[in-house]
Amino acid sequence: MNDLVTINNLYFSRGDRPIYEGVSLQIPKGKTVAIMGPSGIGKTTLLRLIGGQIKPDSGDILFKGESIPSMSRQKLYKARRQMSMLFQSGALFTDMSVFDNIAFPLREHTNLSESLIRLMVLMKLQSVGLRGAATLMPNELSGGMARRAALARAIALDPELILYDEPFAGQDPISMGVLVKLIKELNDALNLTSLVVTHDVTEVMSIADYVYILADKHIIGSGTPAEIRQSDSTLVQQFLQGNADGPVPFHYPANDIEQDLLLTGAVR
Amino acid sequence: MNSLIALGASTLDRIAALGRAAAVLYGAIIAKPTPIKSIPLTLKQIHVVGVQSLLIIVVSGLFIGMVMALQAYTVLVSYGAEDSLGPMVALSLLRELGPVVTALLFAGRAGSALTAEIGLMKATEQLSSLEMMAIDPLRRVIAPRFWAGVISMPLLATIFSTVGIMGGHIVGVDWLGVDSGSYWSIMQATVDFDQDIVNGIIKSVVFAIVVTWIAVFRGYDATPTSEGISHATTKTVVHSSLAVLGLDFVLTALMFGTY
Repeated sequence: MNDLVTINNLYFSRGDRPIYEGVSLQIPKGKTVAIMGPSGIGKTTLLRLIGGQIKPDSGDILFKGESIPSMSRQKLYKARRQMSMLFQSGALFTDMSVFDNIAFPLREHTNLSESLIRLMVLMKLQSVGLRGAATLMPNELSGGMARRAALARAIALDPELILYDEPFAGQDPISMGVLVKLIKELNDALNLTSLVVTHDVTEVMSIADYVYILADKHIIGSGTPAEIRQSDSTLVQQFLQGNADGPVPFHYPANDIEQDLLLTGAVR
Repeated sequence: MNSLIALGASTLDRIAALGRAAAVLYGAIIAKPTPIKSIPLTLKQIHVVGVQSLLIIVVSGLFIGMVMALQAYTVLVSYGAEDSLGPMVALSLLRELGPVVTALLFAGRAGSALTAEIGLMKATEQLSSLEMMAIDPLRRVIAPRFWAGVISMPLLATIFSTVGIMGGHIVGVDWLGVDSGSYWSIMQATVDFDQDIVNGIIKSVVFAIVVTWIAVFRGYDATPTSEGISHATTKTVVHSSLAVLGLDFVLTALMFGTY
C-alpha cells in the first residue's frame, strides 16, 4: 500500500456537462505528482474531489485506503487535517495578519500554548522566507509573497498531502522559481506527498516525479517527465509544445460556419 | 406554454433556494456550542454589525422622534389634546417605527455589508480554504454573524425608540411648549409594558432573525463573481426590506388585531 491517494474509474459531471469519464490515477507516498492539462477541463475540480468538497457521480477516491466520498462528515474532517490545499488565490484570511493566518490552523486544531505557536509560526515563515513579513496584512503582500504565506499556512499542521492548485499561475519568473524550489524542498524535507495541478509545463516537469496529462475528460498520457517527453501521442505533444491547433481544437464546438454566417441575426 | 414552463422553473428555483437557506441556518446554529471559541468571534461581530450601526440608528431615531412630535402636535393642538403628545410619540415608536425602521436601516447598513463580506470570502476561496482546514465555515463564519445580528438588532431598536422619545421631547416640550410633566406622566400611564414594549421587542427579534438570515444566506449562496456579489447584496436589501414590511403587518395583526 504505497499510494497515498488512489482514484478509481472516476465519473463526474457538472449539470449536463461531463467533466471526467473514467479517470484513474495513483499518487504514491512521498512523491511529487503533477496533473497537467489545458485550462477549463476541471483540474481544480479534481482537487476538490480529493478534498471531499464535492462528490463524484461514480467511481472512488481513496485516501490512505479509505474512501473519501463515502466518509462521514466527522471522518472527512479528520482526513482533511492530514491534507492541505494551496489555493490559486492563496485564500489568506484578509482580516488577519500573516502571522495570525499561519497561526490560525494551529489555534483551531491544537491546544498548544501561544509561545509555542509563535515559535512554530516563525519557523514555518522562515522556511518560505517571509519571517520578516509576519506583521504585514495580506493586502500588503505581492502575489508571490501571498502564495508563499499561504504555503506556510498549508504546512502549519504538517500535513501528509499538499494539493497545489495552479501554484505558478500569474507569477513573475523570480517568484515562479522560488515556488518551484519551495515545493521541491518542502516535499523532500518534510517527507510530504505533493499533488500539483498546473498548466505550466516546464516548471512542473522539472520537479515532478510522475506526470498525468488530463484532456477531454480522460487521462491521455502518464509517466515520468522523461517518458512524457518521448510520448508519441499527438495530443500530449500538442500540449507540451503549445500548438494552437491539433487534437485539442482551436475552435470551441460550433455549427458549420457557413450556416452560422448565413443565418444573420439568428445565432443561437 | 413557455411562460408556464418559466413560471414553474422559477418557482422551483425559489423553493430550492429556500431549502438551501434552511440548510445554512440549520448548519450554522444547530451545533454543539463551543463557547470558548465562539463567544469572542460573536463579540467581534456584535461590534461590527451592532456597535458600528449605532450612529445611524441614534441619528435616525432622533430625527424620526422630532418629526413625529411636530406632525402630531399640529393635529393634536387643534383638538386641544397636545398633552397626549407623549403617548402618541412613544406608542408609535415602540410598536411600529422602532422595530421597523431599525430593521430597514440595519438591512441597509449591516445586512448588505454581511452579504458582501461573506460573498467576497467565497469568491476569494477563503470559505473553501476553511473547509479544507477541517473547519466548518457555517460555524466559524456564518454562526457568529447570525447571532451578532440577532442580539444587536433588538438592542438597536430599543435605543432607536428611546432616542426618538427624547427627540419628541425636544420638539414637543422644549420648542412647542407642551408641559413636560404631562408629556412623561401621560406616557407612563398609557404605555403598557407587555402590550407595547414586549411586543415591540418581539417584533424586533423576529425582524433580526429574518434580516440576518437573509443577509448571511445571500452571501453564502452568492455566485462568486463581482456581478454575483453585487446581485446578492441588492437581493439582501430588497428581500429583507420586503420581508420586514410584510412580517410587520402579520405581527401587528396578531398582536393588536384582536378586536
